[in-house]
Amino acid sequence: MEGTSRARAAPPRVGLFVTCLVDLYRPSTGFAAVHLLEAAGCEVAVPRGQTCCGQPAFNSGDAGTARALARSIIDRFEGFDYLVAPSGSCAGMIRRHLPELFAGDAGWRERAEGLADRTWELTSFLVDVCGAPAAERLRGAEAPRGVRRATYHDSCSGLRELGVREQPRRLLAGVAGLDLVEMPDAEVCCGFGGTFCVKYPGVSGRMVSEKVENIAAAGAEAVLAGDVGCLLNIAGRMRREGRAGRVFHVAEVLAGMADRGIGEPAVGSPGTTAAGGGSGGGSGRGRAPER
Amino acid sequence: MIPESHRFPDRAGLALADEGLRLALDRARQGFIGNRRKAVDALPEFPALREAARRIKDHTLSNLDLYLERFESQVTASGGQVHWAADAPAARARIIDICREAGARTVTKGKSMVGEEVALNEALEEAGLEVVETDLGEYIIQLADETPSHIVAPAIHKTREEIRDLFAKHHAPLGLGPPGLGNAELVARAREVLRRDFLRADVGITGANFLIAESGSTVIVTNEGNGDLSNTLPRVHIVIAGIEKVLPGYEDLCTVLRLLARSATGQEMSVYTTVSTGPRRSADLDGPEEFHVVLVDNGRSGMLGGEFREMLRCIRCGACLNHCPVYHAVGGHAYGWVYTGPMGSVLTPLIVGLDRAHHLPNACTLNGRCEQVCPMSIPLPSMLRKLRARGFERGLGTRTSRLGLAMWGFLARRPALYRPVAGAAMGVMGWLGRRRGAFRRVPLAGGWTAVRDLPAPEGETFQRAWRRRGSGGR
Amino acid sequence: MSAGSGGAPAGSAPAGGRDRVLGAVRAAVRRDPAEAAVRRAEIEARIAAREVHVRPPVEGDLTARFAEKVALVASTFAPVKGVDRVSKAVADYLDEHGLGREIVVTTDPLVEQVRWSNEFAVARRAADPDDRVSVTGAFAGIAETGTLVFVSDRRTPTTLNFLPETHVAVLARDRLVPHLEDVWERLRDERADSPRTVNFITGPSRTGDIELQLEIGAHGPRRLHVLLVDV
Ligand code: SF4
Repeated sequence: MEGTSRARAAPPRVGLFVTCLVDLYRPSTGFAAVHLLEAAGCEVAVPRGQTCCGQPAFNSGDAGTARALARSIIDRFEGFDYLVAPSGSCAGMIRRHLPELFAGDAGWRERAEGLADRTWELTSFLVDVCGAPAAERLRGAEAPRGVRRATYHDSCSGLRELGVREQPRRLLAGVAGLDLVEMPDAEVCCGFGGTFCVKYPGVSGRMVSEKVENIAAAGAEAVLAGDVGCLLNIAGRMRREGRAGRVFHVAEVLAGMADRGIGEPAVGSPGTTAAGGGSGGGSGRGRAPER
Repeated sequence: MIPESHRFPDRAGLALADEGLRLALDRARQGFIGNRRKAVDALPEFPALREAARRIKDHTLSNLDLYLERFESQVTASGGQVHWAADAPAARARIIDICREAGARTVTKGKSMVGEEVALNEALEEAGLEVVETDLGEYIIQLADETPSHIVAPAIHKTREEIRDLFAKHHAPLGLGPPGLGNAELVARAREVLRRDFLRADVGITGANFLIAESGSTVIVTNEGNGDLSNTLPRVHIVIAGIEKVLPGYEDLCTVLRLLARSATGQEMSVYTTVSTGPRRSADLDGPEEFHVVLVDNGRSGMLGGEFREMLRCIRCGACLNHCPVYHAVGGHAYGWVYTGPMGSVLTPLIVGLDRAHHLPNACTLNGRCEQVCPMSIPLPSMLRKLRARGFERGLGTRTSRLGLAMWGFLARRPALYRPVAGAAMGVMGWLGRRRGAFRRVPLAGGWTAVRDLPAPEGETFQRAWRRRGSGGR
Repeated sequence: MSAGSGGAPAGSAPAGGRDRVLGAVRAAVRRDPAEAAVRRAEIEARIAAREVHVRPPVEGDLTARFAEKVALVASTFAPVKGVDRVSKAVADYLDEHGLGREIVVTTDPLVEQVRWSNEFAVARRAADPDDRVSVTGAFAGIAETGTLVFVSDRRTPTTLNFLPETHVAVLARDRLVPHLEDVWERLRDERADSPRTVNFITGPSRTGDIELQLEIGAHGPRRLHVLLVDV
C-alpha cells in the first residue's frame, strides 16, 4: 500500500463516493464496491450528505453549481486516505477537473488538488493501489448464473482520463467460470454522455445500437462496465431491441454479487433471485458485505 | 456557404435516416482508423514528434506577429505579394481584385478549407469568373452543389453511382457520354476533363498547409497532383491561408509533416509535398508569373488572444473526425458548415458565432477520443466545455434542459432535501418497474425513452439501505 | 513597430488590412513594443539555428531502405550501374509498358550526361499537354520515406514532374540522404537563392476520393519509375 503515512498495521481508510447513479439506481453496485474494498483490506466509510460529483453541471458549462458541489465533496472526503468511486466518470471528474474549478482560488485549489491526487476509480484502486497481494485475495468469485462469456465495455472517462483498461480485465480473469471475450470497438463511446443522451436522442440511439450490436457480435451473454451511466444506456437499448444479454457493473461480478442484471424484473421472472428483498424492490437482496 | 449549424438536430435526423450515408461512413471509419493505427504503431517516435510539434506551434503562435512579418518580407523579397484580410469579405474582395487585375476568366482551385470558410467560389462566380475545383472530391461536390462533408475527403458521402450520374450530366455539354461505373473509369474521366481546365486557366488558387517564415514559402500537401497543376500552369498563383499556418523554418516543417500524413490517411508522406517560393525565376521554363499570398484572419486573432489559442495548432488532418462517434453517426453535413466533427464543433462557433452554432459543442459525449488521436494535442473536449460555459452564461440552449439541470443542481446542493426526494422517487419507480424491470415511456424523460427503455431502479437508495443496515456510523 | 520590416506590398492592399490584422495579432500576443526588437532578434536566431527536432532513425543500407520504401508507395525502382547504362534502362522500362521512344528530358548535369541511343526522340523543354514520358533529374532521394525531391530551375522545369503519364526519375546514388531535413541542408549549401518550386514526390499520383478506394493516376503521373545511378 503506497501513499499513506499511517502505521503499517492500520488499514487504509477509504471514503466511498457512491455516485448519484449508484445511489439512486443501483445500490447493488455500492454494496459490491464495499465488499471488494474490505476484502482488499481497506476500512470503508460512506460519508453522509454526499450527492453528485458535479459533472453534469460542469459539462453543461455551469461552473457555479459544479464548484458548490466540489466544495461539499472536499469537505466530506479530504479526511480519508482515499476517495474511491465505482465510476470512471465521477472519479475522472474529481481527479482531473476538480482543481481547475478553483483556478482563481489558491486555498480551495490546493485542497482540491490534495483530494484529486487521492481519488481513484474502483478497479484501478484495487489493482494499482492495493497491489498484487490484495488483488490476489479478490480472486475466486463465481460467475453470474447462466453467464459464461462476458465482454467488457471501456467507459470513456475511465479509459481516457484515468487509464483504466487492463485493471478490470485483470480482476475479471480471476472470476471462476467466466470467459472474458473482447467485442469490436470496446473502447468506442456507447452514446451516453450524460445530458447528451437526452438532448440528442437520435445520435445517441445510433451510437448505443452499434454498441449493442458489437456486444452481440462478441457472442457474450453479459456486458460489464465500470459506469452505471453507460450500463443504463446499454441495458435500456438491449431491452428496447428485445435482446437477451445481461448487464452488470464490473464490481458486482468481481464481488460474486451479480444477481439481477440492470433492467431485469425484480419479481415474477425466472432466473432472478430476489432473495431478502423485503422492502423497496430488490435493494435488500444479495449478500451483505462481509466484515 | 451560410452556416446552417443551428439546425444540427434536424440535419442529424436526416443523416441518420440515410442508409447510403451510413455505409459510406462505415467504410470511411474502417479505412481511416485502421490506416492511421498502422502508421502510428510503426513509428515509435510518434509521441516525441507530437510533443515537438506542439512546442513548435506554441512558440510560433506566441510570436505570431513577428513570424507573419518575417514571412511577408520574405515573400516580397522573392518577388511575391502578401495581402491581408481581416475577415471573409475582405478576403473575397482581395482575391477578386487580383483576378481582375490579371484579366482572368477561368480559375482552377486546389482544395482549400479556408477558401470554403470565406465562401470564395460563390464570390468569384458572382464576379463573372469561371471556377473549377480540381481536387477530385471538391470537384464532385462542386458539381453536386454541396459542401465538403469531410475536411480530408470532401465527397466521402457520395456513392460511385451518384458520381457517375453527376459526371454524365455535367460532361454531356462537353460531348462526352456517361462514364463507366468503375473507380478507374471515373477517375480517368475527371482527369481528362480537368486537364482541359488546367491548361486554359488564367489563375490557380490553392490553400496552404503551411507557410514558412524562413523563406516566405507556402507549402501544400496533396495526393492527386491537382494542387501542383494549379500552382504551376496558370499565369497567376494565389495562395489563400489562415494566419495561423506559419512555421518558423524548414526543420519545423519536417517535424509536422511526419505527423500530418500519418494522422490523415496513414501514409508516411503524402504523394506531393510542394514548397512554392515567389513567382517563376526569370530563366525558368514554367511556373506562374505572379505569386500572391492572401493571409486571412477571420476570427483567428480572437482565438489567439483568448482561451482558444490552442485550436490554432490544428493542421486539418481530420483524425479527430475519423475517430469521433458522433461524426460517424451523422457525417459532416449535419454540422451545417465547412468544418465538421470535433475540430468543427470548436471552430464553427468561434468563427460564425456561438448563437448560430450552439448545438455543436453540446452534440458531443466528451468521450475524449479526438484529443487522444490529435497529432497537435489539442484539448478538444475541454474547449467544447469552455464553449458550453459561454453558452450557459448567455442562456443559450433549450429551456427544458436548462430547467432540468437547474433542478438537479438545486437538489444535489441540498443533501437534506436530496435524500427524501430521491428516496421517494426511487421507491415509486422501483415499485412500478418491478415486474418489467424497465420502462418504455417515462413522463419528462422523452429524450431517453425515444430510443431506449429506462431500466427501473432497485427501489431503495444505496445510502438509505446502508444506514438501515446499521452501517450508518461509517 | 517599424512599419513593414520588409515593406508592405506596394499599392495593392486596401490600406488598413495589414494594420488591422497585424494590430489584432499583436494585441492578442500582448506584444510590448519596447521589446519587439529583442524578440525579433530571438526569432531570427531561432530560424538561423535550424534546429532539428525529432528524427526517426534511418539505419542500415540507405539504398535498401530507399528501394523498400519506394516499392511501398507503388513506384518502381531499378539500380543502374553508371550513366552510360541509363539509356538502356529507360528503353527497357518503356518496352515493358509498351511505350514508344519519345521522351522529354531535363537538362540537369546528370541527365545531360546520358547518351540516348538513336531510337530515342528526345526533347529538352517544359512539358506539353501531349507528352507521354518524361525523364527528369532528381535533386535528392530520401531513404526515410522513399521520397524524391525535384527543384525547379531553367534546366528542370516543374511541369515535367506532373503532366506526362509516365515519369522516370534519375537519381544519383550520392544524392540519397537519410532524412527530410538533409534535403534542406543540401539546398542551402548548393543554391544561393531558393528555387520557385521544391517538389517532394512519394509515389505516383493517387486519389481516395471515390468511396475511399485507392486509385492510382489522379492528375499527375500514373507511373513513377526510379533509376538510381552509380556515378
Ligand atoms: S483538431 Fe487535431 S485531429 Fe482534428 S483536424 Fe485539427 S490537428 Fe487534426
